[in-house]
Amino acid sequence: MSKSNFTRRGVLRTGAVGGAGLALPTIFTSGASAFTNEPTGGTVTLGFNVPQTGPYADEGADELRAFELAVEHLNGTGADSGMLDTFSSKALKGNGILGKKVEYVTGDTQTKSDAARASARSMIEKDGAVMVSGGSSSGVAVAVQALCQEAGVIFMAGLTHSNDTTGKDRRANGFRHFFNSYMSGAALAPVLEARYGSDRNAYHLTADYNWGYTTEEAVRSSTEAMGWNTVNAVKTPLTATDFSAYITPILQSDADVLVLNHYGGNMVNSLTNAVQFGLRDRIVNGKNFEIVVPLYSRLMAKGAGANVKGIFGSTNWHWSLQDAGSQAFVRSFGTKYGFPPSQAAHTCYVQTLLYADAVERAGSFNPCAVVEALEDFEFDGLGNGKTLYRGDDHQCFKDVLVVKGKENPTSEFDLLEIVEVTPVEQVTYAPDHPQFAGGELGTCNPGA
Amino acid sequence: MTDQTEQHATSAAPAASSATQSSTKVLGLGPKDFKLMFLVVVLTMAAPFLLNPFPEGSAMAQFNAGYPDLMQRFVIFGIFAIGFNILFGLTGYLSFGHAAFLGVGSYAGIWMMKLLTMNVIPAIVVSVAVAGVFALIVGYISLRRSGIYFSILTLAFAQMSYSLAYSVLTPITGGETGLQPKVADPRILDGALEAGASPRANLFGLEMGAGFEWQVGNWLFTFNAGYYVAAVVMLVAFYLSIRIFRSPFGMMLRAVKSNQQRLSYTGLSPKPYTLAAFVISGMYAGLAGGLLVAMDTQVGAERMFWTASGEVVLMTILGGAGTLIGPVLGAGLIKYMENILSKINKDILHEWFFFLPDGFENLMVELVYPFIGKGWHLTLGIIFMLVVIFLPGGLVEGGQKIAGMFKRGKDADASKTTPAE
Repeated sequence: MSKSNFTRRGVLRTGAVGGAGLALPTIFTSGASAFTNEPTGGTVTLGFNVPQTGPYADEGADELRAFELAVEHLNGTGADSGMLDTFSSKALKGNGILGKKVEYVTGDTQTKSDAARASARSMIEKDGAVMVSGGSSSGVAVAVQALCQEAGVIFMAGLTHSNDTTGKDRRANGFRHFFNSYMSGAALAPVLEARYGSDRNAYHLTADYNWGYTTEEAVRSSTEAMGWNTVNAVKTPLTATDFSAYITPILQSDADVLVLNHYGGNMVNSLTNAVQFGLRDRIVNGKNFEIVVPLYSRLMAKGAGANVKGIFGSTNWHWSLQDAGSQAFVRSFGTKYGFPPSQAAHTCYVQTLLYADAVERAGSFNPCAVVEALEDFEFDGLGNGKTLYRGDDHQCFKDVLVVKGKENPTSEFDLLEIVEVTPVEQVTYAPDHPQFAGGELGTCNPGA
Repeated sequence: MTDQTEQHATSAAPAASSATQSSTKVLGLGPKDFKLMFLVVVLTMAAPFLLNPFPEGSAMAQFNAGYPDLMQRFVIFGIFAIGFNILFGLTGYLSFGHAAFLGVGSYAGIWMMKLLTMNVIPAIVVSVAVAGVFALIVGYISLRRSGIYFSILTLAFAQMSYSLAYSVLTPITGGETGLQPKVADPRILDGALEAGASPRANLFGLEMGAGFEWQVGNWLFTFNAGYYVAAVVMLVAFYLSIRIFRSPFGMMLRAVKSNQQRLSYTGLSPKPYTLAAFVISGMYAGLAGGLLVAMDTQVGAERMFWTASGEVVLMTILGGAGTLIGPVLGAGLIKYMENILSKINKDILHEWFFFLPDGFENLMVELVYPFIGKGWHLTLGIIFMLVVIFLPGGLVEGGQKIAGMFKRGKDADASKTTPAE
């Protein structure tokens, strides 16, 4: 150890140097920026949080493809510019967002709200994401949406169909483009009435979790309003793979319609079981027995194979739509990946574009400015016709597709055909509708 | 801790290795334990530096783990694993349903936040208490059996809790969408929120999300209030666990592990000891659950899924069951892989191997890709297999082996503590 001599001058000097050294590099972020993760360099980071493992991994993979495509189109590095050409708002120039190059980080939600939040938090805290998007289930969407509200970033929901996302769990920083249970019910009811008549006895099998409940409620209330009678509604465990025990009682009842409020693997199994039990060949009360699946996806149709033929359901979007926007999107997606996009891919792509456009129009990445730009924003050319982002609950209002399983599919992607496009007026509801009650949007949170 | 009880315990369990009992005790810890405790204190307090070794913007910044969420998870799951180790490491009872206590603690915590106050203290206290009561019930029933039957019973309880939380109890648990604090919650102890403010977890006004960043050159270090709160709780939990390990009670638990029959023949019933260990361990899990809610105000039923119970078993075995620091290391390793490895995607790989010729670049990317991103489970599985085969004592044994190489021959062997396995 060296011998040290403390002199007044020496101590003062060391103290001053040390103090300056401590003070200089200290940057208190709270004072440094106006909102969370304000992009300061030439780039802006978006976080794409999708299920890469777990039951919805396929949808997650398709969402990720769509995100990559959207980033290419925003940066102007893609083969074409996709829906940028057909989008009614012309604010986006293909030079990034506000001139900043778009970069992205990805994460795995594992379809678990804990994992999704951990991944979203690392995007926000570590990677500096100003917007988080993606997800393929309502549990995850609600959890991440609440997180983004707290952290002060924008959440653009991916595939989430439960009423709660923009109902009782709505948040000012969260936006949903995808349709919801209520809309499915409202869109399906008239079609079902036209095909099956207004005097039917429906039997519901409902997946025993939140989305199942809201979907059952929505379909029930819409069909009961047109005169159908609900014989019974049975909850089935989410983990069930064999539904025969739930289907036998239907044979004993006088039900002549079965509504499967199931999604993903649940629906594939329950529908297959129902067909195996010969439900579709049954005649009850002099009417053909029918099956309805409120929420369809291509992956589900693929899983259930020939069993989906002629079965009605609803979807948010389908690649066979003939409008310019859908065609442009299907073309660029198909060129890049070699097959048509799913509805999950579509909604994620559109959400990214809508966010970028809102930032561009607002002239700022500040979440509050973005919220203001998105609220009550009307647009067209993104595949669903004229669409309104309602300010009261941050839900998109647009036409809903009623589809049915194709009788003669030509390829593994061509499984559904559009029966009817239910106009937006028919699926619009009041923001305080009982099925959406109990939520409060609050005010936007810019964080920091 | 009188000498009498000490002797009593030693005579009851002569097989167990003697705890370090020396006259120079600091805070009731022997010199070796004190050193360990000191090391853990230094590591946790300096975590923001230690976990961010790579400068911002560099290619290696991908591997930085020094952001609040992950640091919080390190210490919280450390607590979870420490608690699990008190049961599994000491008594040998392998509970396969510990996530249930974590989940119950979380739900109790969030309800306190919704009903009482956003202050984290009541939430944490109540989550520990509720998890303790739940553990008492589950333990009382499950501990009637041992070995695999005990594991299956606990697993059944945990899966039951999960299913209940996911569907039947939706009004209380929020089901699939889980629970979050809302603006409209009662929070009877808190004053009204300012207009537009959302409820935030705090410790007497100090928000858990608060903190500051310190930039030194290209390095950016994040200091987060929530992390330090969780870290202090973890240190207390760790200290308690050392004391339990070294206490006569801990000795009794080791006796249960080494030979339960012999213990019964000496006239002692192992049941009260195992039940106490089970409840303590459940309370640790509840504490972890409460802290999870305090740091990130949300709870979902997946927290109780059986894979979460399996995860804590992995953490403990990976780190070294029956050792003091092992479970914390194991928890850190698993959480690191889950959060860092899983975020590496193909684009990042292409950047890494950018310097290689195209063909090689693609080949390397294809070779590495299955092990990162969504393949992190695979990497974890391989590491777990390697550890179990070559280092049955977990990472702690690995550390000891490395330390042994630097010391001279027998000296190292003598200082080696065999994990109570």
